[in-house]
Amino acid sequence: MTSAASNLPRNFFSDSGKKTSVLRLFRNHFLTGLCIALSLLTLVPLFSIVFLVIQNGLPLLSENLFTQLPPAPGLDGGGFGNAIMGTLVMVGISLGFSVPLGILAAIFVNEYASGSWLASIVRFVAKLLTGIPSIICGVFAFAAVVMTTHKFSALAGGIALAILILPTILLTAEQALLGVPYAFREASFGVGATPFQTIWRIVLPEAMPAIMTGVMLAVARAAGETAPVLFTALFSQNWIKGIMEPTASLSVLIYNFASLPYAYHIKLAWSASLILVTLVTLSNILAQVIFAPKHH
Amino acid sequence: MPNEEHAATPPEDFERPLELTDDFTPGESNFIKVDNFKFFYGKKEALHGINLKIPSRKVTSFIGPSGCGKSTLLRNFNRMNELIPGVHHEGDITIHGMSIYDPSVEIIALRRRIGMVFQKSNPFPMSIYENIVYPLRIAGQNTRSVLDETVERCLRSAALWDEAKDRLNDSALGLSGGQMQRLCIARAVASRPEILLMDEPCSALDPIATAKVEELIIELKKDFTIVIVTHNMQQASRVSELTAFFYLGNLIEFDNTRKIFTNPSMKQTEEYITGRFG
Repeated sequence: MTSAASNLPRNFFSDSGKKTSVLRLFRNHFLTGLCIALSLLTLVPLFSIVFLVIQNGLPLLSENLFTQLPPAPGLDGGGFGNAIMGTLVMVGISLGFSVPLGILAAIFVNEYASGSWLASIVRFVAKLLTGIPSIICGVFAFAAVVMTTHKFSALAGGIALAILILPTILLTAEQALLGVPYAFREASFGVGATPFQTIWRIVLPEAMPAIMTGVMLAVARAAGETAPVLFTALFSQNWIKGIMEPTASLSVLIYNFASLPYAYHIKLAWSASLILVTLVTLSNILAQVIFAPKHH
Repeated sequence: MPNEEHAATPPEDFERPLELTDDFTPGESNFIKVDNFKFFYGKKEALHGINLKIPSRKVTSFIGPSGCGKSTLLRNFNRMNELIPGVHHEGDITIHGMSIYDPSVEIIALRRRIGMVFQKSNPFPMSIYENIVYPLRIAGQNTRSVLDETVERCLRSAALWDEAKDRLNDSALGLSGGQMQRLCIARAVASRPEILLMDEPCSALDPIATAKVEELIIELKKDFTIVIVTHNMQQASRVSELTAFFYLGNLIEFDNTRKIFTNPSMKQTEEYITGRFG
């Protein structure tokens, strides 16, 4: 030990034993503990929902749920394969409309007309649309599709869901395109590429993981919504025969069966909830893990 | 503005071999001709009537303090500036005696004939191979043998072949900074351009990578007319035969590099060279 160091008091770098130190330590630990406790508290609602759904939904879980039709009121047995299929079909229809439209609009807004008034309007309207209550999408699709075709249908349900998720897809796609460095575009234009070639070969592939994240989040949202399909696709006890027929969906099935006075139907509603939560969770995980942005 | 004729024309003696070069081949003296060229970002005039003749198969450097317009002029040679909204120009630029603003000129074809290397290397997030053949693919060329030949030719001319030949299918983003910039040079020469524009190609590179790129530039001028914008005056003196000094949107002096750096005619040039401003 050098002489200079040995001259320092032993507690030169320590406040231990001093009054301030005790208070500070206490405050540190107290606040850290409080933060941990509050963070855990936010997990409580999620885990209680998941617990409840698993507890009530698990007993009936079997392959019958996926392959059989709902039982007649008062009877036991059966499943809700038609509702699972209906949900998948309607989510599919909604993606069929909203993915091409959303991505193309995002390309227009970000690549072709980024500074124009039209782009600002599209962007502004998309932001407004994200705040529209889902039931309004249902009302609109009811008026626009059900009233004109005189039929409740999977198509009407799909369109209602498409309107619901279109702004999400547009805005996430736009963010994804914005995230592609300008240097890539510059390099592409610099070797004589057209704007179309630049977007198609360079920008879109680079933005695709982030765009797909947005799409998967939209899928999760669309699959879980009840209001837009409630009075557009209505419900059906039978297998889906065509997209112009009334169609069952998991969310409407839960809504319908949970309010019936039959114990078995209520159990079915719980199982449908479990499957719906699993579907939504899976697509959320897919969005975050599989399509997570590449890190170069 | 100094004597415009003096500033605009390459000096009489540029055809004489400079000490820099042994293999001097005389080129066309007015390969790229800039004719009273003004350029505007919105209302702001960034270039005030530039007159300049750039000879072929030489290295010409543009020097000057930031914001002097040297990059702006460079990026007009392949009309890259037109990607910026709200710009316009007056005057003309001709290459091979043909105006690049002629209505018959297709920007796509123009840019194919003029390679560009940017300040920050910008390889695409693809393999080394795909980076180099990109200019060919967008021109519709997908024949494997042609692509293979191009990759080898370009990597060799960018002095990257030995380092990259065994990893052509690896991502270009795994290369070092200097290698990436040389890859960008390889990509820029893939469509067999005549002109190579370089916008501060070494400003993000370490001295060793810079030295390699500079060697490459001297090598490449056998085949290309090179215009390089640089902030590094040693670099200008090392690689170029001719140097143009810009200041506040004006071309102050254009002469043999050696003359610019040893005995400039204009006081402003001298002050900049000796580091009194800029």
